[in-house]
Amino acid sequence: MPSQPLVEIRDVNFTYDTRAVLKGINMTFHKGKVIAIMGGSGCGKTTLFRLIGGALKPTKGEVKIDGQVMHELDQKGLYAMRRKMGVLFQFGALFTDMSVYDNVAFQMREHTDLPEEMIHDLVMMKLHAVGLRGTHALMPAELSGGMARRVALARTVALDPMLILYDEPFAGLDPISLTAIGNSIRRLNNALGATSVVVTHDVQESLKIVDYIYFIADGVIVAEGTPDEILASDKPFVHQFVHGEMDGPVPFQYPSEDYKLDLGVNS
Amino acid sequence: MPLVRNVRNLGHHLIEAVWRLGYATRFFVLILMNSGLSFRRFHLIVRELFFSGVMSLVIILVAGLFVGVVLGLQGYETLKSYGSESSLGQLVALSLVRELGPVLAALLFASRAGSAMTAEIGLMKATEQIAAMEMMAVNPIARVVAPRFWAGVISMPLLAAMFSVMGVFGGYLVGVVFIGVDEGSFWSQMQFSVDFQHDILNGVLKSFVFGVAVTVIALFEGYDAPATAEGVSGATTRTVVQSSVVILLLDVILTAIMFRGI
Amino acid sequence: MERSTLDLWVGVFVVAGIAAIAILAFKVGNLGTYNVSESYQVKAYFTNVGGLRATASVKSSGVLVGRVTEVKLNSERYEAEVTMSIDKRYQFPKDTLVSILTSGLLGDQYIGLKPGMDDGMLKNGDVIHMTRSAVVLEDIIGQIVASKAENAK
Repeated sequence: MPSQPLVEIRDVNFTYDTRAVLKGINMTFHKGKVIAIMGGSGCGKTTLFRLIGGALKPTKGEVKIDGQVMHELDQKGLYAMRRKMGVLFQFGALFTDMSVYDNVAFQMREHTDLPEEMIHDLVMMKLHAVGLRGTHALMPAELSGGMARRVALARTVALDPMLILYDEPFAGLDPISLTAIGNSIRRLNNALGATSVVVTHDVQESLKIVDYIYFIADGVIVAEGTPDEILASDKPFVHQFVHGEMDGPVPFQYPSEDYKLDLGVNS
Repeated sequence: MPLVRNVRNLGHHLIEAVWRLGYATRFFVLILMNSGLSFRRFHLIVRELFFSGVMSLVIILVAGLFVGVVLGLQGYETLKSYGSESSLGQLVALSLVRELGPVLAALLFASRAGSAMTAEIGLMKATEQIAAMEMMAVNPIARVVAPRFWAGVISMPLLAAMFSVMGVFGGYLVGVVFIGVDEGSFWSQMQFSVDFQHDILNGVLKSFVFGVAVTVIALFEGYDAPATAEGVSGATTRTVVQSSVVILLLDVILTAIMFRGI
Repeated sequence: MERSTLDLWVGVFVVAGIAAIAILAFKVGNLGTYNVSESYQVKAYFTNVGGLRATASVKSSGVLVGRVTEVKLNSERYEAEVTMSIDKRYQFPKDTLVSILTSGLLGDQYIGLKPGMDDGMLKNGDVIHMTRSAVVLEDIIGQIVASKAENAK
């Protein structure tokens, strides 16, 4: 790919207490692309998500965004970097004590000196982009799950970030909202010229919209490639995951004693 | 041996408590260091003043009135046996201004406003609102925690004073209006014996200290709560219990310092 | 809630709170009634002050006219030295009798002033000479026992 790398993750290791959560991860996210990070629960993708956002420091290795090593930044530098990033949390994480309008306007009011009229126009534009301009006077508690997430998306892209991180954006949505969100992710990415990273385990929706996929299992990358390459992959883990097979490299039975022993049957 | 195990548990709990105290103190310093935003955008504090102060008004005023009435009733009975009913005003006023006003108002504040703050912040943390704020490069301590701290510290002396005023009024209602203690001596005896510097100022200082303690505990427990439903509910309980104990402990210390030798 | 309504309520709250403190200071406490600049100081010496302490009342004919500001032992005369400040509105003649009285039977002790006939009035810094010390309970009991013993003879 001829485009420039925006995010470079080099040999990142992360150990929590004594447990090695990530072991030697190497990834590159190119500008303008939508990348998916997939894996089962507990594989380390949330940790990776936090490392990219700078909320955690790697035990070894480095995360570079736009040439900057994240863990070398001081508080001010970290905040400056975060202003160029947008993060969409799993259930939206809208501020419950303010209206939809105030939520979307939040970053504009905190980080810019724009006059209120201009903020009004910007908020309306962002809400329109996610199709929820009419909800601007509502409170987050009055929104459905899908709507809340879309408002949160509008809030995330309020300052036109260059890197957008999505934490399980498809989790728990109805089929219509699923398509809407997937669509928005792709359209916004293209419109803003940004780079999007989607952490998810929803194979169907991601394969429709992403340019590149990384598969993580047990803290290491087990497979990577474009959607076509992944679909055609014959690696057992990838195959099980993509085709939703119940049993395979990830076993159905949690490790346990011999069944006969547990039932008390004399062998 | 169960005895050894219990002693070891106790030791463990004590060390936990001390460690937590250190952690909370660091949190307190962090709040102070991040208070600039609260004062530059004073509306943040004003908003919290509404939710902590104004919303606590009703319970403070009502409780103050009731406590004053009871003080009047009980005080009258005891003073009568010494022939000193005319000192009722003095008894009611001093009890309220020096002790009951600051302490009871603080306990009520901890239960109402303190637990609300803990729940609010705990819930914000559990629903990732705090993390979202951090990722938007807004310091949550400065934006969310510090305004609540200053609102609590400002509210507390005001609420304690209002409690005492209602209490004096309650004592007046019962003593003078109901029982018939001489109105003149009720007020004049009170005014003779309640010294501005010694009693009232000390009372205000006490409620200020209580305000700091209660608010820091409430905010700390909320911020530190585990991100689950049980976590938040446990934190609110801890806020009320710990605040109550700390208020009473501080009261012992402050009373000994302020009123010793009188 | 509208921002302006919220601001209004908070304003009311703060004003009420400050008013409460003011009420406590002036109506409940002694801030208004006692200004040091409007009073003058006099001293008196007693052999025994009993339970008299600073902030005790100074009354004349039952009316509060001042406060005791200091009670200490004068180490030259080995007598108790009581300083009191009296409201400027009330002038007392130089031969005023100052006694330490008890309110009720077992109540607080206070200073009572009984004016004399002198033309000259007490001024700031004067010393009152006619004093009657506190009645100490043990002395009374001792007197009663002694007189009973007398009568029994």
